[in-house]
Amino acid sequence: MTEVKDHITAPTGGSGNEPPALGLVGWLRWMWRQLTSMKTALVLLFLLALGAVPGSLIPQTPIDPIKVSDFLTAHPKLGPFYDKLGLFDVYKSPWFSAIYLLLFISLIGCVVPRLGVYLKAVRARPPKPPRNLNRLPGYQRFTIDSEGDFLATATRELSRRRFRVQAYDGAVAAERGYLREAGNLLFHFSLILALIGVAWGSLFGYRGTVLVVVGNGFANSLAQYDDFAPGRVFNGDNLPPFSLTVKDFEVKFQQDGPQKGAAREFKAQLSYQETPDAPEKSYQLEVNHPLKLDGSSIYLLGHGYAPRVTVRDGNGQVAFSGPAPFLPQDSNFSSFGVIKAPDARPMQLGFEGFFLPTAVIDQRGPVSVFPDDLNPALVMTGYYGRPQPETGKPESVYQLDKSKLTQFEKDGDKLRFQLAPGQTTTLPDKAGSITFDGYSRWVKLQVSHTPGTNLALGGILLAILGLMGSLFVHPRRTWVRVRTEDGRTVVEVAGLDRGPERGLGDEIRAITDSLKPEPDRSSTQEQP
Amino acid sequence: MSAETFAHVSNLVVPTATVIYALAMMSHALEWALGRAVVVKDAEVKQDVLVASGGEAVTAGTASTGPASTRTASAGSASAEAAVPGTERMEAASRIGLTLTYLAFVLHLAGVVTRGLAAGRVPWGNMYEFSITASLAVAAVYLIFVQRYKLQWLGLGVTLVVAAVLGLATLALYTPAGPLVPALHSYWLVIHVSAAAISGGAFTIGGLASVLYLVKARAERRVLAGGTMSASLRRLPSAEAMDGTAYKVLAFAFPLWTFGVLVAGPIWAEYAWGRYWGWDPKEVWSLVTWVVYAAYLHARATAGWRGRNAATIAIIGWFVFIFNFVGVNLLVSGMHSYAGV
Ligand code: HEM
Repeated sequence: MTEVKDHITAPTGGSGNEPPALGLVGWLRWMWRQLTSMKTALVLLFLLALGAVPGSLIPQTPIDPIKVSDFLTAHPKLGPFYDKLGLFDVYKSPWFSAIYLLLFISLIGCVVPRLGVYLKAVRARPPKPPRNLNRLPGYQRFTIDSEGDFLATATRELSRRRFRVQAYDGAVAAERGYLREAGNLLFHFSLILALIGVAWGSLFGYRGTVLVVVGNGFANSLAQYDDFAPGRVFNGDNLPPFSLTVKDFEVKFQQDGPQKGAAREFKAQLSYQETPDAPEKSYQLEVNHPLKLDGSSIYLLGHGYAPRVTVRDGNGQVAFSGPAPFLPQDSNFSSFGVIKAPDARPMQLGFEGFFLPTAVIDQRGPVSVFPDDLNPALVMTGYYGRPQPETGKPESVYQLDKSKLTQFEKDGDKLRFQLAPGQTTTLPDKAGSITFDGYSRWVKLQVSHTPGTNLALGGILLAILGLMGSLFVHPRRTWVRVRTEDGRTVVEVAGLDRGPERGLGDEIRAITDSLKPEPDRSSTQEQP
Repeated sequence: MSAETFAHVSNLVVPTATVIYALAMMSHALEWALGRAVVVKDAEVKQDVLVASGGEAVTAGTASTGPASTRTASAGSASAEAAVPGTERMEAASRIGLTLTYLAFVLHLAGVVTRGLAAGRVPWGNMYEFSITASLAVAAVYLIFVQRYKLQWLGLGVTLVVAAVLGLATLALYTPAGPLVPALHSYWLVIHVSAAAISGGAFTIGGLASVLYLVKARAERRVLAGGTMSASLRRLPSAEAMDGTAYKVLAFAFPLWTFGVLVAGPIWAEYAWGRYWGWDPKEVWSLVTWVVYAAYLHARATAGWRGRNAATIAIIGWFVFIFNFVGVNLLVSGMHSYAGV
């Protein structure tokens, strides 16, 4: 239809739809044309949209590994099949990467040649009027007495309307809206920039989480993290050497009303040192207010309770003492956790159960009914077993390996005890005792470093700027021609819309009106 | 006034607005029903269609941007009114529908504002609030442009969507006003969600316009093949003009959505969750929406995809947007769902 459209297909192979008959080079060229054609871009965009969907419906390993293993247990047939297709980690799967890499290549292959075309087009003069102006939209004609300097007036009028004007023999040609294609190119190039920024961050960045009990500290080294996800080419040696201590943590919950129990405020007081010899500073860490340190950012992700417990063994020795972080299981912070005393003698001891910040007993047994610590209780059961040699194998601190342990029993029932802070219970068979000393809170911190974010952000902002040019600038041409017809001097005005908005509106008529000699206004003949 | 009073007012006004939107919708439905009975003579319609779509050569010109296209459209409907008895009643139903929509909008706006005053913050912290705000955006986009671009033909669709969303919100999603969870304490919430709501309003208008485009384009093809067209379809602007309207609304929405979803959202996620993009279901579906509308814009620039295919993509985009908003919140759990349904 318009030439803008032709440019899309011309360099990208509108004519190259038939596979060539000969030659490797021919084939390669043909494939390149296909890849960089607008239709391929469309198809790839659809594939990208479709391909992104399963990742939102099927549990994803990087987001929630526990759900993935639940899914695998629940669907023994489907699970492994999904796994083979990479459906548990869609966004890193080979097929998803293939889609966006192809799109990326297609994007480059598409816009680079267009840049050249555009640079030529910007320098080009508006082209001669076509022979039959009356075939064009908005065509208008009127007569004037003599040509005189009419074309000069037309040139002035069109320039005033910010057209670029070129005089031809008996006609002027005018064009405006060059910024549209500039905007389009800026958009696509900036998109490339933004994608480079994103890729950079995921290659060179890292993200780790650590759970710190209030009062304790953290020094930034790989060994201290609970969980660490490096980018593909991240080098673990250059973690910034900061350290921090969580001095205090404050949390407020809605006390009443329908949203009772909803969190209202979290605040952690930190003291930190950027390097081991730097002065100590303090910071109040809140959700939405991360601490930025030397290119890394520290976030407050979550919180919970860590009961402080002392375990004495059968010999009366302290076998464990300190806080043990329990993990919240519901919105009222019923928190599950374990306490291990592998060094207890003569038998090693282990405990598992719940910390309930606001405990009540209902028909389900003891539960927490509010997230804050209004009536804290520890509800646990205990295990004993033969001492085991150290294996050196890493073990989860949140799970008790019960394969070599036996549950305590009391009066023929499995042992279960509930403690308020300060209380102690003695274990059956003189195996020892456990004291609930009190509890602390813990916070979950995330440390991350994502280089390239500024590039990504700048790229996207530029892209939006380009997009606005591309969508809102309206490229169009106008021609004014004077010729003699049956002895009269006839002026013809017509335009050509070169954008997808369809139509020139009233512009041609307005231009015509301003060109017409005053008394003559009524003699316009409009062509439908 | 106290927060409770504001909450009370909001709870009264929003359902009232819903009912009035529903009445407006019925009025527009009546308008359509009246028009269906009136079948216009073939010859006249054919003339209309030919004028509207022009011959092959002048397609791009005759049905043109804003003023020009509405000129064609209103010229078409004017002649239809004059020629066909029964259309005065359609006109009246249309006017009543529009008046009721204005009335409902005022109440709706008051409901959203008092809700914000009751909660002491922007009124889009949970799904109920987002529903009433986003539907307000739909109505606002429609009412702002209804005179300028002669959008009365969208009345039925707009009132239907707004009444349905509001009805669903009050019946199924209602949450009493209250403060926010800490992760939502950020002015990025204001920016991110208002950009999403306004572009959502525009996606809806664009989707409705595309649906009507498909209907009208089919009717026009039938007429050119010698069939007839009912007065209600004839009163619609030409297919080309509706296509142009859809494009303009979507072209307005796309940069805004890009900003809301690819700039404001990630910045906020970076502050709140420590990563700017985490493939959370809501993020995925926002990206899918964005990609589908990018495909729409590409389709319009690709020979053979203009028109029907592009309109279909615009409708798909609208469904994806709706699913992102309703389905993802209700069906899939993710970071975003902790704002509370
Ligand atoms: C990441 C993928 C891409 C996105 C998000 C994207 C987005 C867009 C958008 C929003 C527009 C509309 C602007 C306008 O109407 O002028 C557009 C136009 C355009 N895109 Fe893309 N694009 C992508 C990839 C590509 C690729 C791979 C090609 C090459 C085949 C391409 C070629 C074009 C062309 C030629 C236009 C101009 C259409 C016109 O002149 O109306 N794009 N693109």
